[in-house]
Amino acid sequence: MARYVANRLAQAIMLLVIVSAIGFAILHLAPGGPLSQFAASAQMTQEDLDRVTKQLGLDRPLPIQYLDWFGRMLKGDWGKSYRDGEAVLSVITSHLGATLELMATATIIAVLLGCWIGVLGALRRYSLFDTLATVGAMIALSIPTFWFGLVTIYVFSVKLGWLPAGNRQTVGDGSFLDLLHHLIAPALVLALVETAMWGRFMRSSMLEVINQDYIRTARAKGMLEWRILTVHALRNALLPMITVAGLQLPTLLGGALVAETVFTWPGMGRLFLDSIGYRDYPVVMGILMFSATMVLIGSLLADMLYAVVDPRIRVG
Amino acid sequence: MADSTGKFGVGSVHPGIPNRRQFFQLGAGAAAGWTLSGNAFAQTERPTNPPDKPRGQVIAALSQEPTVFHPLMPGIEVDQGLWWQVFSPLWFIEPDGKFVPDLAREVPTIENGGLSADGLTWKIKLRSDVKWHDGTPFTAEDVKFSLELNNNPDFRARSRVGHSLVKDIKIVAPDEIHWRMEAPYSPYMSILSLTFIVPKHILDKVPDPNASPFHNAPVGTGPFRWGERVPGDHIQLNAHAGYHGKGPYVERVVFKYIPDLTVLYTQFRTGQVDYTGLQGILPNFVQEAKTLKGRKIFVSSTSSVEHVAPNLEFGPFADRTVREALYLAINKQAIIDALNYGLPTQTESFVPQQAWSFQQGLPQHKYDPAKANALLDAAGWVRGSGGVREKGGVKLEFTNSTTSGNAVREQTQQLLIQDWRAIGAAMRVNNMPAAVIWGDFWQQSKFNSVIVGVNFMLGSDPDVTPRFGSGATPAKGGRGYNTYQYQSVEADRLLAQGAKQFDLAERKTTYGDLQKLIRNDLAILPLFQGFIAEGVKEGLQGFRPNINTSINCWNIREWYWA
Repeated sequence: MARYVANRLAQAIMLLVIVSAIGFAILHLAPGGPLSQFAASAQMTQEDLDRVTKQLGLDRPLPIQYLDWFGRMLKGDWGKSYRDGEAVLSVITSHLGATLELMATATIIAVLLGCWIGVLGALRRYSLFDTLATVGAMIALSIPTFWFGLVTIYVFSVKLGWLPAGNRQTVGDGSFLDLLHHLIAPALVLALVETAMWGRFMRSSMLEVINQDYIRTARAKGMLEWRILTVHALRNALLPMITVAGLQLPTLLGGALVAETVFTWPGMGRLFLDSIGYRDYPVVMGILMFSATMVLIGSLLADMLYAVVDPRIRVG
Repeated sequence: MADSTGKFGVGSVHPGIPNRRQFFQLGAGAAAGWTLSGNAFAQTERPTNPPDKPRGQVIAALSQEPTVFHPLMPGIEVDQGLWWQVFSPLWFIEPDGKFVPDLAREVPTIENGGLSADGLTWKIKLRSDVKWHDGTPFTAEDVKFSLELNNNPDFRARSRVGHSLVKDIKIVAPDEIHWRMEAPYSPYMSILSLTFIVPKHILDKVPDPNASPFHNAPVGTGPFRWGERVPGDHIQLNAHAGYHGKGPYVERVVFKYIPDLTVLYTQFRTGQVDYTGLQGILPNFVQEAKTLKGRKIFVSSTSSVEHVAPNLEFGPFADRTVREALYLAINKQAIIDALNYGLPTQTESFVPQQAWSFQQGLPQHKYDPAKANALLDAAGWVRGSGGVREKGGVKLEFTNSTTSGNAVREQTQQLLIQDWRAIGAAMRVNNMPAAVIWGDFWQQSKFNSVIVGVNFMLGSDPDVTPRFGSGATPAKGGRGYNTYQYQSVEADRLLAQGAKQFDLAERKTTYGDLQKLIRNDLAILPLFQGFIAEGVKEGLQGFRPNINTSINCWNIREWYWA
């Protein structure tokens, strides 16, 4: 186990170095740059732009810039945002809370609802409920998050006036109820696709489990059906979901990016989009490395957890 | 890069030209005589009965996030929106073009002794009752520090245009400062109206002028002091009780960042925001917005001129006949009516139509494909295979680029393709994201043609040396933004002359001649003057669009709830 973890960590570190190099190169080789936004400004001349470019060190060869950035990053200095001069780590952490709040809520909704739909669908295979759940999942997976978000705003904010049309809180009101009120719509929109995925995976997993010999044996022994389901079937059906949870992180991050834009949610997804738009290299690289690390950790934890909870799994 | 797309209602220019005395009351040669554009939907209101003390708050929605809080560093329009609230310039420009003293006691003129007759010596008298938000008195030291900071080689200054000419700054008294200009430069008056003064007592102690706590919690002399910032969400400013000017009349201003314009409009509609600032209300929502109860819609001019920018060094565009034919073949009215909801007004000049320097009577564009064809025939551009014209082996085909995702401009391109196909010109679309197109592609003139909205003015001054001066072409090592690669000995002469003149009538003639020249040479193919539609909640008084500033929430100090 220890060797397995060490190997995986070494792979992860190598992967992070590769991601950083490729990300840095793509970002810097793309035409344009952090000063492009001033191109139509009557106030800044080319001379001004050249001067600022030099001051930012962007006139140096790309490998030098990369090594400089990488060296400083290893020392814990992730650089400063070109936009507001804030330390990158501080910029990321200031947006992280909002994203985690949104992702965690959406995940809880998706897991609970998705598992329930999946289990019920498996137990009542080919019933009306199962058919509706299958069709619903297909629709949910096909609907663009952006469009669904706008429709949600139109229906629940503009027409019905039940929910706010975005934002994380009412300015000047940080109460729990106000936060919850603002959280409902974006969390539900983000949870839609996740729920469909969890539902489909859970249904497959449950179907596989309830057809196993030990379930038949339990029934033959006269065990109560709800005990069979909860103690034997559900516990084993949930095992593959650990892997699913680990693999869902990138999808969740992508979904959060869209939901945050539609609902003006001040999270990392929107920060990432804004930073790319402004070519705020330090922040983009910071988010890239942070996200890659999170995904790798998620995947590693899922594998390790799987090995821990399922004695049949042997690693190394 | 403003994506302004037109203008609604052109106000008349000032009747008559001010005499020399009147001009210097406005300020030096850079004084701009704008008038507020007409507005079909709402009348701007000046405060009539503001409250005795600040009351309530204003939530101003912006589609871009203000992130640069040091007002001398590179920032965009949206940052300026915040600078106006936190900081003060020596003087500012009213919507009607009048310079109004702010930190200065009076605007320097030759008559009041603030300016020498040759324009080289400036003497500024300052207010002595101004305090920084932290209570420290404002003095001439702060002005000196700010001007010198702009020229500090270690400081990431936004621009040194004009500032680099300032020499021998002398503090005569705590409330008086003098300096000498290396050369007469009349646009400096306008530049100073957009130069905010920063506190010496805070910034001269910092080891790195580009990074300090001030950069994220600025201290100014403006009507509002820094409150809090939730990155990616909002910035809150609180009323500065010791403000030296009128107002403020609201307790708080909250700049709410809402990146998507549809969502921004929705939140205005549902009442979550009080004012839709940059980039306002999308043209397709304007008609509906007018019908909203409890909302006022303002459509006002901006200084931006939407135009087709030809690269004058690119094959067929080097031929003026080709540019004229292409211009004749553009169905401008279709672009204005069909794509921009009839809101913009067509223009022939790079100068906004409300400016004192705007030249009336420029040749008016006429949609005339037949004449365009005749011109090309006469110039030897013969239709070849596929109907595309050729001359001397050069085909009349080119690319046109603009920002991807800008729906109106992308639709404009489709109309242009049709219009120009009818005269044997083949245009292909080559669009790119903003960060790409406005980089080297634009700056180093790597394009064939581009659709762009540009504010050519230096504040309110028509000095376009950085745009049309022969020495301002970056692709040829120049220092400026002459990405068109326009070269004209006559234009250079006029530009040099205009920048040295301090008499308004003379300047008007000079810049009028320049506009005629640019229009005749078709250095740009102007489409229309920019506009912005903004919404304000009913009951909120004091909103006054100002074409001389980059953002219309310049005067929140005057806003109040009725």
